Amino acid sequence: MPSFYEENGRFRGFWAWIFSTDHKRIGLLYLLSILSFYAIGVLLGFLIRLELIAPGPTIMRPQTYNALFTLHGVIMIFLFVIPGIPAIFGNFFLPIQIGARDVAFPKLNLLSWWIYMGGAALAILSLFTGGGPIDTGWTFYVPYSLRTPVNVPLAVLGVFVLGFSSILTGINMVTTTHQLRAPGMTWFRLPLFVWGIYATAWIQILVTPVVGITLLLTLMERLVGVGIFDPAKGGDPLLYQHLFWIYSHPAVYIMILPAMGIISEILPVFARRTIFGYKAIAFSSLAIAIVGSFVWGHHMFVSGQSDVASVVFSLLTFLVAVPSGVKVFNWVSTLYKGSIEVAPPLLFALTFIFLFAIGGLTGLFQGALATDVHLHDTYWVVGHFHYVIFGGTGFAIFGALHYWFPKMFGRMYHRKIPYIAWGLLFVGFNTLYFPMLLLGWQGMPRRYFDYLPQFHSLQFLSTIGSWILIGGLILMFGNLVHCLFKGEKAESNPWGGATLEWQIPSPPPRENFDEIPLVSKGPYEYR
Amino acid sequence: MIRGLTGLSDEIVQNIFLYIAVISVSILVLITFLMIYFTFRYHRRRNPHPEDIHGNLWLEILWTVIPTLLVLSMFYYGWTGFHALKKVPEGALKVKITARTWSWLFEYENGLKETELTIPIEKPIHLQLTSQDVIHSFYVPAFRVKQDAVPGMTTSLWFRARDLGTYDVLCAEYCGQQHAYMLTKVRVLSEEEFYRWYEEKGKELQMKKPVGVPLGERLFQEKGCMACHSVDGTPRVGPTLKGLFGKTIVVMTEGKERQLKVDEDYLRKSLLEPNADVVKGFPPIMPSQKGVSTEEDITELVRYMKELK
Ligand code: HEC
Ligand code: HEM
Ligand SMILES: [Cu+2]
Ligand SMILES: [Cu+2]
Repeated sequence: MPSFYEENGRFRGFWAWIFSTDHKRIGLLYLLSILSFYAIGVLLGFLIRLELIAPGPTIMRPQTYNALFTLHGVIMIFLFVIPGIPAIFGNFFLPIQIGARDVAFPKLNLLSWWIYMGGAALAILSLFTGGGPIDTGWTFYVPYSLRTPVNVPLAVLGVFVLGFSSILTGINMVTTTHQLRAPGMTWFRLPLFVWGIYATAWIQILVTPVVGITLLLTLMERLVGVGIFDPAKGGDPLLYQHLFWIYSHPAVYIMILPAMGIISEILPVFARRTIFGYKAIAFSSLAIAIVGSFVWGHHMFVSGQSDVASVVFSLLTFLVAVPSGVKVFNWVSTLYKGSIEVAPPLLFALTFIFLFAIGGLTGLFQGALATDVHLHDTYWVVGHFHYVIFGGTGFAIFGALHYWFPKMFGRMYHRKIPYIAWGLLFVGFNTLYFPMLLLGWQGMPRRYFDYLPQFHSLQFLSTIGSWILIGGLILMFGNLVHCLFKGEKAESNPWGGATLEWQIPSPPPRENFDEIPLVSKGPYEYR
Repeated sequence: MIRGLTGLSDEIVQNIFLYIAVISVSILVLITFLMIYFTFRYHRRRNPHPEDIHGNLWLEILWTVIPTLLVLSMFYYGWTGFHALKKVPEGALKVKITARTWSWLFEYENGLKETELTIPIEKPIHLQLTSQDVIHSFYVPAFRVKQDAVPGMTTSLWFRARDLGTYDVLCAEYCGQQHAYMLTKVRVLSEEEFYRWYEEKGKELQMKKPVGVPLGERLFQEKGCMACHSVDGTPRVGPTLKGLFGKTIVVMTEGKERQLKVDEDYLRKSLLEPNADVVKGFPPIMPSQKGVSTEEDITELVRYMKELK
């Protein structure tokens, strides 16, 4: 049977990719586009760190620095980590894992990639037009974003457009999961990755419109002068912050839930035993999605919001920590009495647990009201969220790439190199971000072009860490790219997985299954 | 009750921090240890035959309930600490803070206006903050307190200093180009020294003729002009004001370039409608003094600028 690489459909070559409605091709389109933006984001991170290697201006001016951290944040959040897992791996594997031939709305799926590229194009265009690159931070806080002379409108429009792509992907994933499960694929036989994507998809559908409206209001205020947020026009700047975080806090779960799904896939395969606490893991995803939608005010403890609101938000924030903890405990228990092979995907999954635990635990300090007063808007926060989204979601993506690479490309990567790359990544990551936690505790605010002399040694260390980390990234991706062309042919089931994607050839045929399978057992039953 | 709710904000924050840190580090060590131990103990070489364990209800309950209790205790301590940070004691010294792009202004009850915060030791200080333009955040790491200054709104904060000395004040809410340089100091004096300073300054104020510093220069400091303008010829975010009066300059008016000679009207307009004529090569970010400064202050500032040779 020819693989989906060989069956082009109506078009030829390049066109057969960008006009394909095959969920696997669309997944790969996303893979290429998202990782390209990621590379740019990393480059910007590298430049930020280089500037901070010593106090005083080092390689750029303040305005450039402010544009760089804004772009770094916008790219990493809106172009890399929010779409990341659902659009790449959700597209490619969700339909296969539930025994479907494609997603429910293949054309809508293609449209969402086009919209994604359109939004990205607008954001890029905004750099070279109007007043130049935005300098507001990825949060676009008013009234600053209403007043700065740079090209805020186009950049905000870009992010607005990206939201549609996210909503469409969400609709597709929900509908596909409801409608296209193969016979016998009951809800509790769904792989946990599907649960992760499913819970995420609901958040995408429900909260993305809120940020869309917020951004539209910002545009109206800036372009037409309607007074909604600017107190000078009778508006309320805290209203903006509420609306923004109503989306952007749940967006944190859009980033992390699919990653948790990936970890739940990888662990049992390499422990060769069933997952511990399937239902606990599945339901904790839903609990996180629901409770997590009511904690946004924890970003505003020192903003001037009412103390009562702060207390309630703090309480809910602590409650949402519990289901995340439940997941971690179940994962660790999945190793118990397994038969463990520390293959590259597992190594990344275990590292995810460690780094995510640090990210989650440092979050507790910010959830507690008194400590957050000190830590808010310092490098503590910068350290915390890199541990969560880079150490968490980022490492889950690395794990997923190493896990599914043979299935997606039909080739196997060099099996030794990922260990060396991992060593660099692990050491580099912690050298880069752990000092940030200390800096924050010592009172170094974030988004600072320059800093007081007492912060120098930790800042210096952090910059050294960024070099080691980037070395690891280059080695890891270099290996994958090399083996994309030169790797050995992969078997259909190199890891001995029990989920459906491992029961079909590598790479999969155009319609995945010759005949829709009849599912008669759970996803992690190896015997 | 947690130890150290003494009204010293840095101690409150530190004690709660330590409480959470002890629990967090223990959990992290536990998880990491188990993960590594299992990986070795049940490595495929040592344990070729895995066992399927689907779960354990008691364990699930245990690791839901215990963490819930732990986080509730953290919430509670965080809350009590926050309460202590928010409840201003009686008899506090009141100071108003006005934040603006990129400087701080401290206003005492006797009308004294300063760009650094000078306070007496041990006395509770009650700060009331607002902003003239965008959001800023008043942050003193040494006291571990922070509060946003929001335009159109008054927020409040209090703390007490235990030791004499000078402490850094930083802006913690991103506010544009020079955000990292929106710094000032808190000076903590002994009670005696403070009141001597306070009364002396108060007297100068009443005489309307400050000793040493002329009024125009004083206003220039007080209004935060020096955050963006020098008077010695070096360009900062804005052009230097040295020798400006009488010079011919190029400005952008409604997107069109034109030349003009700087006169009194232009200086006045620069303060009230700074975006009407924007000096070429500079960004249109100067805040307007409209509704912020009195007519007298504007006149005085213009007079001051005319004399900057
Ligand atoms: C946030 C930075 C900032 C602050 C604070 C600021 N200015 Fe400016 N100012 C600028 C910039 C930038 C320009 C040049 C662009 C323009 O003309 O608007 C400028 C222009 C001027 C000009 C015209 C200069 C010329 O070369 O024609 C005058 C006069 C002036 N400012 C006076 C003041 C005074 C007096 C204050 C204090 C009340 C002040 N500025 C506060 C940024 C600032
Ligand atoms: C080599 C990799 C990276 C380096 C060196 C790096 C470095 C940094 C630094 C130093 C800051 C703080 C800037 C400041 O506050 O002045 C920052 C901010 C940020 N980073 Fe990264 N980062 C990297 C990767 C990532 C990744 C993978 C993500 C997300 C997945 C990410 C998301 C963000 C976000 C959202 C911000 C906040 C921007 C803002 O304040 O508006 N970064 N990064
Ligand atoms: Cu949040
Ligand atoms: Cu600031």
